Amino acid sequence: MISRRASLAWRLQVPLPVKPMETMENATQTVEAERAQRPVVVLKSVSKQFSNGTVALTNMSLNVRAGEFISLLGPSGCGKSTALRIIAGLGAASDGHVDWPSSRINAKGQPEGDIGFVFQEPTLMPWRTVFSNVHLPLALRGISKATATGDIMKVLEQVGLEKFANNYPRELSGGMKMRVSIARALITKPKLLLMDEPFAALDEITRQKLNDDVLSLWKSTGITVIFVTHSVFEAAYLSNRIVVMQARPGRVYVDIPLQTSLERGALYRSSEDYRSACERVSRALLEAMGGSLEGHH
Amino acid sequence: MTQVLETSVPATVSAQQPAIRSDLPLRIAVPLMVLVLFIVIWHVGVQISGVPQYILPGPAAVAQAMVKDWSTLWPALLVTGRITVLSLLLALIGGVGFAVFLVQSRWIELAFYPIAVVLQVTPIVAISPLILIYAPSTQAALLICAFLVAFFPILSNMVQGLKSVDHNLLNLMDLYGASRWQTLRYLKIPAAQPYFMAGLRIGGGLALIAAVVAEFAAGSAGAGSGLAFRLLEAQYRLNIPRLFAALILLSLLGIAIFAATSFISWLSLHRWHESSIKREN
Repeated sequence: MISRRASLAWRLQVPLPVKPMETMENATQTVEAERAQRPVVVLKSVSKQFSNGTVALTNMSLNVRAGEFISLLGPSGCGKSTALRIIAGLGAASDGHVDWPSSRINAKGQPEGDIGFVFQEPTLMPWRTVFSNVHLPLALRGISKATATGDIMKVLEQVGLEKFANNYPRELSGGMKMRVSIARALITKPKLLLMDEPFAALDEITRQKLNDDVLSLWKSTGITVIFVTHSVFEAAYLSNRIVVMQARPGRVYVDIPLQTSLERGALYRSSEDYRSACERVSRALLEAMGGSLEGHH
Repeated sequence: MTQVLETSVPATVSAQQPAIRSDLPLRIAVPLMVLVLFIVIWHVGVQISGVPQYILPGPAAVAQAMVKDWSTLWPALLVTGRITVLSLLLALIGGVGFAVFLVQSRWIELAFYPIAVVLQVTPIVAISPLILIYAPSTQAALLICAFLVAFFPILSNMVQGLKSVDHNLLNLMDLYGASRWQTLRYLKIPAAQPYFMAGLRIGGGLALIAAVVAEFAAGSAGAGSGLAFRLLEAQYRLNIPRLFAALILLSLLGIAIFAATSFISWLSLHRWHESSIKREN
């Protein structure tokens, strides 16, 4: 897990001073404990009914603490993406409300610059280069390219695309486009990163690599992540908390914390912890869908 | 963060090097050869059939007329060219501006779009007598006629382009708190470029057609008259070689406008839009 110092260092773009390992670990634990208590966003009995009468979400409550990596997992139509869009302010809740206890709120009731969003598609502007696409959120704040160049190149370096800054999106592979999308979401240094099935359209190898990259970013930045996925394996690999949802109407079925002493990586993928997490989550998902794991053996 | 890039860089990245194989000479030579062949057939056909010059002159007679009447045809070409280009510029400004205005709200579009449609569907020949009455001068009337015809394709395409923006990108702009103006500047106008360019190419051709038709309707004579009037004049005088010469100049003007609008379109789109990118397989 990441310390607040590391997070702050990344936000300020300064190198971390080297500390003795023991002191650093103690400090990390203290900060971890402090931070775990601090909610970034709180959903209180949020419901969403569309104009055609479809109830996409009903009575969803969720307390997202700083530094968490939460996956929203569930079948199609369970309201995962709807919940994410309500959090992002891209859709209003029909009932209930979303609180931002540790953010400054703008006129639209949204936290100012605290959210990064990665869509299912890369959603890049094809007429802008990789550099310009990443610059977009800053351009909207009136920050010129010249001023932002350092930050943009740094975030491109973080996603491994610094050599492709002047390329156009059409010149990139699907995985690379998604990296640009992630870089764009990170350029404003948000507190909360929302990812709506970002890797669903990618092949398994690219998907695994991007999973590792997202984990690496999460660790190095200390950002809070809410990740929507259909994949039990992806959710179990990435998250330290999985919210399994039920469909029709969409609602939370169970909230599963995942603890492991192992570093997430290749070793973790073949570990007993991971296998057991996958089984636990699969069981919950099947129950949420009205089935049972035994029936599938 | 340690990054491992995808091992395979897409083909298009490596294909950015200048293309070794270029078919440009062929693209110029082939239509030129066809043109030369057509002129030869035309010449031989006229010679063999012995058709009189006042019905179908040969290419040599047309070339002679072009040289002999250049002092009459060149100013007329300039007049028609000026009206066409000016009307196209006005149509660009008006079409884009009106399109931006229309897409601001559904109610604005509902209220004003039908007016644009009425102007488009009413034949310009039918409106031109009225325009000739109300316009301060014949040149102004010609300009208005050409503008009205070129305006609609640009407006229509631009409206379509502004409304065809990727919804996720609109969401992205909302997410970053973009103002209406910023959304227009950073998203809608660039996204509408391919539509606008299509409208520009259609509008360019139509502006010339409308300038000629309006001049036929106006029938203006004298120093300020354009190629259309010279066409009519040559027809009345049975000076068919000059008629052909004027017709060739009109075609060349049309080709120049098409080439210019196509070049602008290529400049704007060749880096990113599928319509201007050569397919790599």
